[in-house]
Amino acid sequence: MGEWRAYAALGVAQIRSVTVYRASFLVEVFGNMGATVFDVLTVLVLFRATPEVGGFSLREAVLIVGLSSAGFALADFAVGNVDRLKTYVRAGTLDAVLVRPLPALPQLLLMDLPIRKTLRVVFGLVVLGVAVAANDIHWTPLRLFLIVLTPLAATVFFGSIFVLSASLAFWWVDSGEIGAAFTYGGRDFTSYPISVYGSWFRNLFAYALGFGFVAYQPALALLGRADPLGLPAWAGFLSPLVALGAATIAAGVWRAGIRHYRSTGS
Amino acid sequence: MIKMQDLKKDFTVRVKAGRFRRLKRTVAAVDGVSLTIERGEMVGYIGPNGAGKSTTLKMLTGVLTPSSGEVSVCGLTPVPQRTRLALRIGVVFGQRSQLWWDLPLRESFELLRHVYRVPAAGHATRLRRCRDLLDLDEFLDTPVRQLSLGQRMRGELTAALLHGPEVLFLDEPTIGLDVVSKQAVRSFLAELGRTGDVTLVLTTHDLADIERLCERLVVIDHGRVVHDGSIEALHARYGSRRSLVADLDRPLPDGFTLDGTTLTSVTANGHRVTFTLDSVTAGVAVAGLVAAVAVRDLSVVEPDIEDVVARLYTER
Ligand SMILES: Nc1ncnc2c1ncn2[C@@H]1O[C@H](COP(=O)(O)OP(=O)(O)OP(=O)(O)O)[C@@H](O)[C@H]1O
Ligand SMILES: [Mg+2]
Repeated sequence: MGEWRAYAALGVAQIRSVTVYRASFLVEVFGNMGATVFDVLTVLVLFRATPEVGGFSLREAVLIVGLSSAGFALADFAVGNVDRLKTYVRAGTLDAVLVRPLPALPQLLLMDLPIRKTLRVVFGLVVLGVAVAANDIHWTPLRLFLIVLTPLAATVFFGSIFVLSASLAFWWVDSGEIGAAFTYGGRDFTSYPISVYGSWFRNLFAYALGFGFVAYQPALALLGRADPLGLPAWAGFLSPLVALGAATIAAGVWRAGIRHYRSTGS
Repeated sequence: MIKMQDLKKDFTVRVKAGRFRRLKRTVAAVDGVSLTIERGEMVGYIGPNGAGKSTTLKMLTGVLTPSSGEVSVCGLTPVPQRTRLALRIGVVFGQRSQLWWDLPLRESFELLRHVYRVPAAGHATRLRRCRDLLDLDEFLDTPVRQLSLGQRMRGELTAALLHGPEVLFLDEPTIGLDVVSKQAVRSFLAELGRTGDVTLVLTTHDLADIERLCERLVVIDHGRVVHDGSIEALHARYGSRRSLVADLDRPLPDGFTLDGTTLTSVTANGHRVTFTLDSVTAGVAVAGLVAAVAVRDLSVVEPDIEDVVARLYTER
């Protein structure tokens, strides 16, 4: 209870700090929006060149993109700030976070405002909405449940990826953008039908690491299509399990990372 | 209140050896420190640069995980119980800020009240006391990034105290402060120590802080404790003596000796002389000197802590 009030106070303080820099704030909002638009354009351009990718039509593929980008945008909004960790670790300023009576991760997330990422969330949800409308989905209660569940599980999944890639900085101070490459690579992987990938690559990322269950398998279940790769329809409902697994691993790695933190000489 | 048992922290650093080769080297920053500090003690924790002072404080506050050994602060183990411990301790790392860069001090303090979940009344009382003793009123509404170093430091101290901590860890709280600010900080801490319920561990390179505040002095070097005791004990250990400085009407005659003292310096053409008191009291020495030569002015000088500590550091 008290902790929630503490987080609320930290959030409000951040809003107050940000309003001091309103001009740069607007620039950032639109800059971020631009990046998301580009992601979707990439997919559209790809399909202009070939009407079909991996056995999927443009409409069907956009559903995969929509599920993935809605989840990603929500995750970026909620925990994307964690990528600032590497600056704090490098400068040793995480010390100040660690001596406060709150867990480090929520504090870090509240050290910068995700308001500027709200437009991305809106855009991601719009893409999902358009994709759902464009496909002729035969709605059943189970599918309605799935269309809500999938983006949420994707949020947890991508959120875990954000935390995992940021944690790299605890062991490797000069990791630079490698963590980000992993995060965005993961998102891009989930945006395409996994049938387009080569088999060992697919086995590793889609099945072993679970990326295939985030958007691809749920999209099949929503569309009522059989999986060309042979998994049964219920595989579309595995995303919460995969997300839970990812979150557990991320929490463990984060905790180990905090213990591995070495500060800087002072 | 604080217990350390054979506490160690090693850092692995990679040193360049040739163009591509990197060698791993282990630096023992803290190398087996055992200390017990009771409630209400004010301990000066000093040592030369790189001795391991900051590293020790980081282990005591739960920021760093010890490589081996045991720590307990307020009966808690800092690393697994970090957030619980944080409610009961106050920390100032002179080189790091606890405050919110873009917010005025006043708002930072208000925010800390929520972060530490303390009742408004106690918070307000403590804030009022800090405002009076540290003269904060002048810049209470200035954003932190616009404060001078000394002003910010006074803000940091206040921030560390608003939740009424039982133990205070201060890492170089007087670094970069002017004489007046230093004195303000020292009297503030002295005032705090008078009540006897706050335990204080202070690192500094300004030994005047220690002389003014700390009964107990712990000196570390290369991660090991080399002295633990009062300042007097340190003087006794190194045989530092008080000395008698006198201004004379006429230069001191050649071959002059004063029983139980050593003549250590003659300056100002023989008009100013200094005797170290080896085995007599100041009274006896003064009487002996005044009887022998015409003395215009004299004073008794206490041994200099800087000299003793410098000897301790260079001895290694
Ligand atoms: N994050 C780190 N990584 C590697 N080595 C470190 C790190 N932090 C400290 N050290 C090393 O540990 C030793 C002790 O450092 P520490 O900062 O504790 O010294 P200190 O006593 O606080 O010195 P100073 O008086 O200069 O502040 C030094 O040799 C330093 O190089
Ligand atoms: Mg230090």
